[in-house]
Amino acid sequence: MKQLLLGDEAIAQASIDAGMSGMYAYPGTPSTEIMEFIQSSEKAVEKKIRMEWSSNEKTAMEAALGMSYAGKRAMVAMKHVGLNVAADGFINSAITGVNGGLIVVAADDPSMHSSQNEQDSRFYGKFAFVPCFEPSSQQEAYNMVFDAFEMSEKYKIPVLLRITTRLAHSRASVTLTDHPVPQKIMKLPSDPLQFVLLPAIARKKYKTLLSTYESIKYDARISKYNFFRDGKKRDTGIISCGIAYNYLMENIIGSSADYPVLKISAYPFPADLVKDITSRCREILVLEEGYPVIEEGLRGILDNGIKILGRLDGVIPRDGELNPAIVAKALGLPVSHGRNIPSLVKMRPPSFCKGCGHADMFNALIEAVKPFGPGRVFSDIGCYTLGALPPYNAINSCVDMGASVTMATGAADAGLFPSIAVIGDSTFTHSGLTGILDAVNKNSPVTIIISDNSTTGMTGGQKSAGTGKLGAICEGIGVAKEHIRTIIPLRKNHEENIGIMKEEMEYRGVSVIIASRECIQTATRRKKIEASDEKLIEL
Amino acid sequence: MKNDIILSGVGGQGILSIAAVIGLAAVENNLFLKQSEVHGMSQRGGDVQSHLRLSDMPIMSDLIPSGKADLILSVEPMESLRYLPFLSFSGWIVTNSTPFINIPDYPPVDEILNEIRKIKNNIIIDADSVAREAGSVRAGNIVVLGAASGFISMPFSSLENAVRKLFAGKGEELVEINLRALRAGKEFAG
Repeated sequence: MKQLLLGDEAIAQASIDAGMSGMYAYPGTPSTEIMEFIQSSEKAVEKKIRMEWSSNEKTAMEAALGMSYAGKRAMVAMKHVGLNVAADGFINSAITGVNGGLIVVAADDPSMHSSQNEQDSRFYGKFAFVPCFEPSSQQEAYNMVFDAFEMSEKYKIPVLLRITTRLAHSRASVTLTDHPVPQKIMKLPSDPLQFVLLPAIARKKYKTLLSTYESIKYDARISKYNFFRDGKKRDTGIISCGIAYNYLMENIIGSSADYPVLKISAYPFPADLVKDITSRCREILVLEEGYPVIEEGLRGILDNGIKILGRLDGVIPRDGELNPAIVAKALGLPVSHGRNIPSLVKMRPPSFCKGCGHADMFNALIEAVKPFGPGRVFSDIGCYTLGALPPYNAINSCVDMGASVTMATGAADAGLFPSIAVIGDSTFTHSGLTGILDAVNKNSPVTIIISDNSTTGMTGGQKSAGTGKLGAICEGIGVAKEHIRTIIPLRKNHEENIGIMKEEMEYRGVSVIIASRECIQTATRRKKIEASDEKLIEL
Repeated sequence: MKNDIILSGVGGQGILSIAAVIGLAAVENNLFLKQSEVHGMSQRGGDVQSHLRLSDMPIMSDLIPSGKADLILSVEPMESLRYLPFLSFSGWIVTNSTPFINIPDYPPVDEILNEIRKIKNNIIIDADSVAREAGSVRAGNIVVLGAASGFISMPFSSLENAVRKLFAGKGEELVEINLRALRAGKEFAG
């Protein structure tokens, strides 16, 4: 059967068809649609696949490892920076190894369409000594999930599946299997100490991992995803990986640029295949989406071998995603251009939705903070990060999930008073809680505003882990009850809200203001559903 | 046969529905399709675009090479101009004339329309009014699709079938409104 699927959806459908029992994830562009697809799949419901959002990528990673421990196939999906959060569990899961197959999907975002950096997750594969797959098409993404689960179980190792934005969010026809794999039955690891990384055990297991990595290198060499395509123009050879292969083929099919091509989509990168192409050609052009991972490997420290062209010598831009034009230029082919953008076209940056509670919260905050002077509002990752843009210009930081609370505390340690954090509800339960505990334990003079829209808004309105529990959580952590205030960010409450904010900013201890109003997007959707339910009841 | 189409608009204006209709029609016609879209931050009232490629041969790149698009199909006039570097010199612009103004420095609409008219191959349609007449202003995206249907190498009936499929779950009334919108767009373009 054929189906039009986003790359994300192809991975999700494959995981269902490959006998996965549990999907774990925290929303993050461009990975979100993997879990969303499973949640909306009737087949997944029928198969009783576990599919709830986790509080963060670390809890997701560890829970997936737990399902693998119990002998079932599991997948965990996240955006690239989410793998930083999950890194402890990820790196160590390579040393414990797995029982049921385990796939870790990392969706990278080169050009930072919706991210704070463009880190390349292939580094994590090498760092952890695990195999890594990088599909170049939706079909490959689908097929790789089956192979990755098998490989994971064959070598008892987690497998990294690295995709980038343009694959995650591009749709194409995918042929689905007629023979879905049944789910595994629960079966505990045969070695009761497999997952116990006491130093004495970890040292042994690490040696095992290093030798497994050598076997995996051989697998990459014979992988069907790594192949050589010969060409007549042998002066230049091209190594291309993942989606870069598509941009290359777009340019060379039917053109004069008939160069030999080595396509790499399975890592660790196969030295033999690379040696093979370098021995045939006088220079090598490396096309990779993300960091120059392969290019650096080829050049080494001395860089005195065969001539290498790529991101490090400027033939390809050092940063940003690839596209057909960049590749055409690198190949020396003519680059077509349309007309220029007329000067009257203005920038249209993202902005708060009409009727957004974050906007009313910022309007009050701007006034409340004015007497104390600028430069004291630490913020975080979510829709409310748009508070950095005009006309608000209301926040001074956005670094990583949860950093608003901890940076505000650190700045307070340095003497900044009042020091303020603005964090969303989902980001708060992702990584803000522990920071508040630190502040409480030192009684740091910080005011933390939880801008609570009761959803994970920026990624499209997924369930937020702390909805309805935020006040109780703060109280439980030890914030004084009288300094946990709840406001409703509406224009009619503007003056009152400014007053409450000012009061808490003047308090020399930890205070929390929960600015609570449902996201306008999820509220509209909810009302629509309720209205159609009512219609049904009337009928 | 090959159609390289840039869909453009503002987040929330329904360009992904246009893509879905063309996608369903492409499946019916056994064509190859790749369609790259934008999710996440820019969907919050920012400019959004989708690259949609149709062909009877396998398609390699998910992105349309600059200067090679056959069509810019835009549900917002200023946004139709943002992607001119992608449009081939023989390509067409089909755009809604009703602006979506959510920035303080939005240029005068007349100037934008004049700029669009400088591209000889243009169809400018007041899709909002046409859609309102069809039954809902929210069907403006489908009106523009109808106006562009002559440049999409598939039978019009396939697009109609796709509209039926896409909106089937939302009730017969919405199906009819969108079919009227699609046909009205086509009629306008002649």
